[in-house]
Amino acid sequence: MSAYAFVCFVWIWRIAVSFIWKYLKPYSFIMSIGMLIKIAGSVVELALPYILSHIIDNVVPMCKSTDDVYMIVIWGIVMVVCSVLAFWWNVLANRMASKVARDAARQIRHDLFDATMHLSASKTDEFTIPSLESRLTSDTYNIHQFLGMMQRLGVRAPILLVGGLAISLTLDPMLTLVMASIMPFIGVTVWLVSKKGIPLYKESQKAGDSMVRVVREDSQGIRVIKALSKKDYEKERYDRVNRQLVTVEKKAAVTMAATNPIINIFLNIGIVLVILVGAFRVDSGLSQAGKIIAFISYFTLISNAMLAITRIFVMYSKGAASASRISEVIETSRELAEENLRRENAARARGEKSEESGKAHIVFDNVCFSYNGSAQNLENISFSLRRGESLGIIGATGSGKSTLIKLLMRMYDCGSGKIYIDGRDVRCFDESELSSMFGSAMQNDFVYADTIEENIKFGRDISHEDVVRAAKIAQAEEYIEKFDDKYEHHVTSKGTNISGGQKQRLLIARAVANNPEILILDDSSSALDYKTDSNLRRAIKENMNGVTSIIVAQRVSSVMYCDLILVLDEGKVIGSGKHDYLMENCEVYRQISDSQLGGALID
Amino acid sequence: MTDNNIKARRKSRRGVLLRVCKYLFAHKWLLALAFFLMVTSNVLALVGPYLSGKALDAIELGTGSVDIDTVIKYCILMAVVYIVSGVLSYLLAVLMVHISQKITYSMRKELFDHLTELPVGYFDTHQTGDTVSHISYDIDTVNASLSNDLLQICASIITVVGSFVMMVKISPVLLSVFLFTVPVSIIFTRYKTIHIRPYFRRRSAKLGELNGYAEEMLSGQKAIRAYGREDVITGRFDGKNGEACDAYYDADYHGAVIGPAVNFINNLSISFITMLGGILYMLTLIMGASLHPMLRVALSDVGTFVQYSRKFAGPINEFANILSEIQSATSAAERVFNLMDEAPEPLDAEDAVVLSDVQGKVDIDHVYFGYVPGKTIIKDFNLNCKPGSTIAIVGPTGAGKTTVINLLMRFYDIDRGAIYVDGNEIRQVTRDSLRLSYTMVLQETWLFCGTVYENIAYGRIGATREEVIAAAKAARIHSYIETLPDGYNTVLSDDGVNISKGQKQLLTIARAMLSDSPMLILDEATSNVDSRTEILIGEAMNELMKGRTCFVIAHRLSTIQNADRILVIRNGNIEEQGTHDELMKAKGFYASLYNAQFE
Repeated sequence: MSAYAFVCFVWIWRIAVSFIWKYLKPYSFIMSIGMLIKIAGSVVELALPYILSHIIDNVVPMCKSTDDVYMIVIWGIVMVVCSVLAFWWNVLANRMASKVARDAARQIRHDLFDATMHLSASKTDEFTIPSLESRLTSDTYNIHQFLGMMQRLGVRAPILLVGGLAISLTLDPMLTLVMASIMPFIGVTVWLVSKKGIPLYKESQKAGDSMVRVVREDSQGIRVIKALSKKDYEKERYDRVNRQLVTVEKKAAVTMAATNPIINIFLNIGIVLVILVGAFRVDSGLSQAGKIIAFISYFTLISNAMLAITRIFVMYSKGAASASRISEVIETSRELAEENLRRENAARARGEKSEESGKAHIVFDNVCFSYNGSAQNLENISFSLRRGESLGIIGATGSGKSTLIKLLMRMYDCGSGKIYIDGRDVRCFDESELSSMFGSAMQNDFVYADTIEENIKFGRDISHEDVVRAAKIAQAEEYIEKFDDKYEHHVTSKGTNISGGQKQRLLIARAVANNPEILILDDSSSALDYKTDSNLRRAIKENMNGVTSIIVAQRVSSVMYCDLILVLDEGKVIGSGKHDYLMENCEVYRQISDSQLGGALID
Repeated sequence: MTDNNIKARRKSRRGVLLRVCKYLFAHKWLLALAFFLMVTSNVLALVGPYLSGKALDAIELGTGSVDIDTVIKYCILMAVVYIVSGVLSYLLAVLMVHISQKITYSMRKELFDHLTELPVGYFDTHQTGDTVSHISYDIDTVNASLSNDLLQICASIITVVGSFVMMVKISPVLLSVFLFTVPVSIIFTRYKTIHIRPYFRRRSAKLGELNGYAEEMLSGQKAIRAYGREDVITGRFDGKNGEACDAYYDADYHGAVIGPAVNFINNLSISFITMLGGILYMLTLIMGASLHPMLRVALSDVGTFVQYSRKFAGPINEFANILSEIQSATSAAERVFNLMDEAPEPLDAEDAVVLSDVQGKVDIDHVYFGYVPGKTIIKDFNLNCKPGSTIAIVGPTGAGKTTVINLLMRFYDIDRGAIYVDGNEIRQVTRDSLRLSYTMVLQETWLFCGTVYENIAYGRIGATREEVIAAAKAARIHSYIETLPDGYNTVLSDDGVNISKGQKQLLTIARAMLSDSPMLILDEATSNVDSRTEILIGEAMNELMKGRTCFVIAHRLSTIQNADRILVIRNGNIEEQGTHDELMKAKGFYASLYNAQFE
């Protein structure tokens, strides 16, 4: 292992230990009790071979007649009692451990979920949704499992190991030494094999990925393959990755297969040595035969404990990796909250009011933004909008339309320039204050498994009357009324049981339901037919007086009546004004408009 | 489930096992060798404790007199036996890896080869993820089970039988302890597994619910933040989290008994064996020769017996685990075989001709077609195209524009009627020659993980470097390729160079440029492309269409207006056809679509 890898390794472990300990601390009392019980349970189990040797070495020789059988029976009963106690205490301790694991895991999961919900958009992008998902599902599950196992096996195996060694020391220190001398060999074997094996496994995982990639590619490109008659070529291509995979997998498996036979050989050689050395010691009167028999029992016990400890080690590595992945998110979220506070204070200190933009509702003042810090996604955007006016934004995908909206809603902070609402820098607003001003319906927005009513309310305190009013404005009432259970109708996850147009109208209803000051429709009416779309625009105009609205669209017809239209291309404004003005003066706008004469026939 | 159902499932399960055995049987000699190795190494491992007993016998109790020579003799024997057994078991493991990798390889190969023979319809109706999981995860499961479980079962049987024989040899009387503990152990584990199964089922159900909820809410994280609903949603999550944790705990609470219980039964056996063994040993000491030989026990016997008893009990407890593994392997095998049994594309007709020197005359004659039997969507479709003409296909999203392409390329076969290319009925020509007489550019650009060069050259076998570059130039992508770090040798992969959708489209057009087929199938859609690239793509497409018979899913007004014929698709069927002017005059669906945008 290189020094760097070692440092990383230690670092992850330290994070994991302090992270897990933070959550276990409240339960340290009950955990100590559980551990004591577990220790007691393991100790009585350890007593069994001890009693066995006691019976054979001491009790039996004392029995001079058949009447003395009771002595053996009494010791036998002691063994049975020990077995019962071991059972009882182990079960008790396991159950206590499960309880602690449950409570700690619940807290961890809560904190993680809460943290993900509060992550900023750019951090979410950085982590990516699938990664957050796997942290929330499999990592928390690993941790839960780990917390339980650690308390159960993590205590039992070391006790069996240490206790076994201790008792064997009292039996015969010399034989213990013989036995212990085997351990380093086993340790080195495990270390060597895994050192060779782990890189091989990584390699085979990579080979597996490229095998899967070919299958995935070909399933998706089957039409092209058939059209070009490339079947044999593809078979050949697959055969190469298949062969490659098999070779690597075989190498890894053959390497790892050595572990068990080698460990077994060492353990068994250990037994042979114990017997051999024991025989000499008995011969010279230093030990007794019964002790050797007991010793062999302890040997099995101890070697099982050893194997269990290697298993725990593997498990711990898995748990530690999960813990550090979880703590990363929680920490990021916490830092973000602090950072936000700092920025808000800084913005307030700079003065939040802007005199010249005081009269306008929304002002963009020379705003630039980049997602990754290098390529500019928005450049020098400036415009101002009065209360009640409407803004239309049009341009190709990737031109920065949605980015502009995200900056306004402060999902991201702009790089340079300023954004004002009512003359206040958006960075000075409290988060909840800001979010309550907006009603937004985004492209492919979020519909979740619940009733229509709840999807419109979206966890907000909104009366049923307002829900119905919102549905009316959004032109959704007509189809909702057709369901037998109307607003109680259940929508499936991602809205798969309603059509695209119905979904969009539901999202628009959600956006208008809380009487927002600013209404944002980001490509949210693309699936509506022309007639419904124009009804929707009329309803918004009539019912939402004084609401400033921003409409992002690809269809010219959706924005052509706006008070101001921005034409974006590659992050820059290449035209702004009303429809008629742009038709005359903006080449791209006219092109889009022209191309949509054909587009209407298609989409 | 009815009895018949169960019977049918058992039968299919047996069929699956038989088929798996066929793969095994291909390696019968290696398997025989493996079996031999396994028996030898396991028997040797069983001989070990027997020898240690013999060695212990040489250490007599109390007297301190030890027959050192005998001890040494047996110790050496033991060491040899254990080492040989270890080496054999390693050889066995290597052999099994070898066999199982051979089987894995051929199963994957067979499955993949079969995939390439499947009709396009299969891929349209099955998710890629499923196919991938059959060829990777399912096959792995089957083979893990083949290489592990098979061996483990045999080894377990040998261990159980062997230990049993050894124990009988040592003392049949001591064995009577198992008459009590083994049935108790079996009954207990059976009872417990049945008893706790609902708890575990509930636990995974609740966990699934929780994960589903978390995934759903995560996907809506931006919306939740936009509306400031984080705390409400977290509160709801907490409810589900609590339920899942409690269900986990309930299962744990009941499951916590099993491990200790198994240990308990083992400990109990040992206690009884010790007690009984101690008594018998005492009797042997006191009564000596007058004791019935059956009851006689040596000191070492008790120790050896305990060793065997641990070996004996182990596999019995493992058995339930192996059984469930085998069950999941059988279902995995079943899924693999089901895929292998999917009907491939039917073979070409025996007297099928190879299309050559195609002019590009296509005639469609009274064609009927439906994807699902009994649900005909295309009814009585007729069309005659001269070489070099352009047919535009228009209609709303989801109306079924690709159906026409599917039929022309014979991705699907028509139900009634006939399609002719240069007067040849397409079912009477070979699929390969038919498909190669078309050039195809689809909207979903398909590029594979390989270099830019390989991806373009894929269009024609034996294309030279000059031809590839010429094609890239014609497709207006050459200058972009030159700016890439490795030019034409840049590897396109998921995580590598980030090329835009528009550039991908240009690459597939370049691939199409290489082909000199007389007919073209083109999807003009250029959504999600910036306006600059869109112009380039338009130019490249015009270049591609020159001199070919074109079937175009048309998006550009110029293509539609200049087309020799426009097919208007609605709800799967061809609603109208004609030139732009004819259709406008007809005042039908086309005219209403066209006019809608001016309202």
